Amino acid sequence: MIDLSLHKRQGAFNLAVEFTGSSGITALFGRSGAGKSSVVAMAAGLARPDHGHIRIGDDTLFDSERGINLPAERRRVGLIFQDGRLFPHMSVRSNLRYGEKLVPAGQRYASFDKVVELLGIGELLDRRPARLSGGEKQRVAIGRALLTSPRLLLMDEPLAALDGARKAEVLPFIARLSREFAVPILYVSHSIEEILELADDLVVLDEGRVIAAGGLEQVLCDCDLSAITGRQDAGSILTAVVHDHPAGFEVTRLKLGDNWLTVPALDLPIGATARVRIGAQDVSLALDRPSRTSIQNILTGKIQSIGPVEGGRVNIRVDVGGTLWTKITTLSLTELGLRCGDTVFAMVKSASIARGSIAVRG
Amino acid sequence: MDGLALTPLESEALRLSLWVSGWAVLASLPPGIFCAWVLARCRFPGKSVVDGLIHLPLVLPPVVVGYALLVSFGHHGPVGAWLWETFAISFAFNWKGAALASAVISFPLLVRAVRLSLESVDQGLEAAARTLGAGPWRVFFTITLPLVVPGVVTGVILAFARSLSEFGATITFVSNIPGQTRTLPIALYTLTQVPNGDAGAIRLCIISVVVAMVALVASEILSRRVAQRMEG
Repeated sequence: MIDLSLHKRQGAFNLAVEFTGSSGITALFGRSGAGKSSVVAMAAGLARPDHGHIRIGDDTLFDSERGINLPAERRRVGLIFQDGRLFPHMSVRSNLRYGEKLVPAGQRYASFDKVVELLGIGELLDRRPARLSGGEKQRVAIGRALLTSPRLLLMDEPLAALDGARKAEVLPFIARLSREFAVPILYVSHSIEEILELADDLVVLDEGRVIAAGGLEQVLCDCDLSAITGRQDAGSILTAVVHDHPAGFEVTRLKLGDNWLTVPALDLPIGATARVRIGAQDVSLALDRPSRTSIQNILTGKIQSIGPVEGGRVNIRVDVGGTLWTKITTLSLTELGLRCGDTVFAMVKSASIARGSIAVRG
Repeated sequence: MDGLALTPLESEALRLSLWVSGWAVLASLPPGIFCAWVLARCRFPGKSVVDGLIHLPLVLPPVVVGYALLVSFGHHGPVGAWLWETFAISFAFNWKGAALASAVISFPLLVRAVRLSLESVDQGLEAAARTLGAGPWRVFFTITLPLVVPGVVTGVILAFARSLSEFGATITFVSNIPGQTRTLPIALYTLTQVPNGDAGAIRLCIISVVVAMVALVASEILSRRVAQRMEG
């Protein structure tokens, strides 16, 4: 449980951020300049808020009213930077041990061997950071922070400097270590894909303020993030269960309430949970069940809300065993005469559900 | 082969030069690193004055520095008298005075090299070390200092070379005393002032060149080693 209240004036920029996070992974999302990095620096003790508090569980790291301000070296808050920041004059082993040996034995929960094994960096121990790839560097940086047995791990866009393949090399480790070591993680990112795969909770920042916070599904459903990302990627997150892999078709069928969802073949066992992201643009609505169509995904649901209207298009929320957003023109809305509570058939092309928008939940 | 062996006068001057310069650099290293750190990292009113004072010996004629040292650190100078009464240390007309003169003259070179190196250290690494639980002193000795080793090596070699060639401030401050303050350049100067001293003067010239070359090559090897260590 983390509880942050941070207020700071920096020139014309006014940061006023308050949120709480669960013991899992809390994602901090927002465009650059929204104040994400300031929040991280303050939580780590590298910058000082004008007023507010920082609490992790029962520990208070900062409280302006009670005059508490632990210096960075006494906070035991691990920070993973975008650029890794491994010490170039030390071997990987010495980097990993650097913080570990400064933690009293009684407070350690992460053992060297376990961390090295979990992150798969056993082969790298005697190398210098200059001889590591980007993905290896980040894994070592994560291990180094983890070995201080931190109360909280802060990750400031840890994958932003990596290409796609290297990202895929690091991402699964982050999900695993949160579960294996039960350490709360504050994960800063502007990538929806990363957040979708990792986060339990989501906090959305804009211009130094929290504009949405809560469980990931809830926030992503209630909040149109296209305003933040500047892209037309408003959409829904549906959590579904793997039902079967029809032989010979290279697809996987997922069960979602009473509905079926057919997606490109997933390498997941039957019964596993997957998160699927569906863009609002990729959904169309019909009042009658379409017959003789190539579209596989026809979800039955009830309209929950209509609006707001922007630029001749309107957002409609449909309950299909999860919240599904769709964006249709106001002309269609009028012609179909849609009202709240109506039963509709939402059609989604399987091809529009890319593999990258499906994430595994353990 | 006899011509290659050093005469007692030459070996005395050489040994004294190395001894004086060694002490000059060794003693100025901690304050040098400290001054470099203050100039690279701190902001305070009057910083440019401090910066100017440290660099002054670089632009002043060495005779001026030597005379200033004589006036302040001599037996009757305010600092010299106090040091003698309090610690029974005297810099007047002995090798310690020669080392002090060399240290003051070469100090700016040391500070400059270390400062440049400090300014190129990624302060993000220091911040990272702090989040890993290291206090300011530990950060300095385990991160900052090892990362400025190349700059320190350069500074030490520069300062050592400058100390070896130091003449004006030394002869003004502590005169020309065999075995105490008659370093290589001063011995060379002495030989040029006596009749038939040419042969000896040329030999001292050659010795000076050899010492300087050895120092340069040593610094090159050392900095290459340091670079290799970083690359693993």
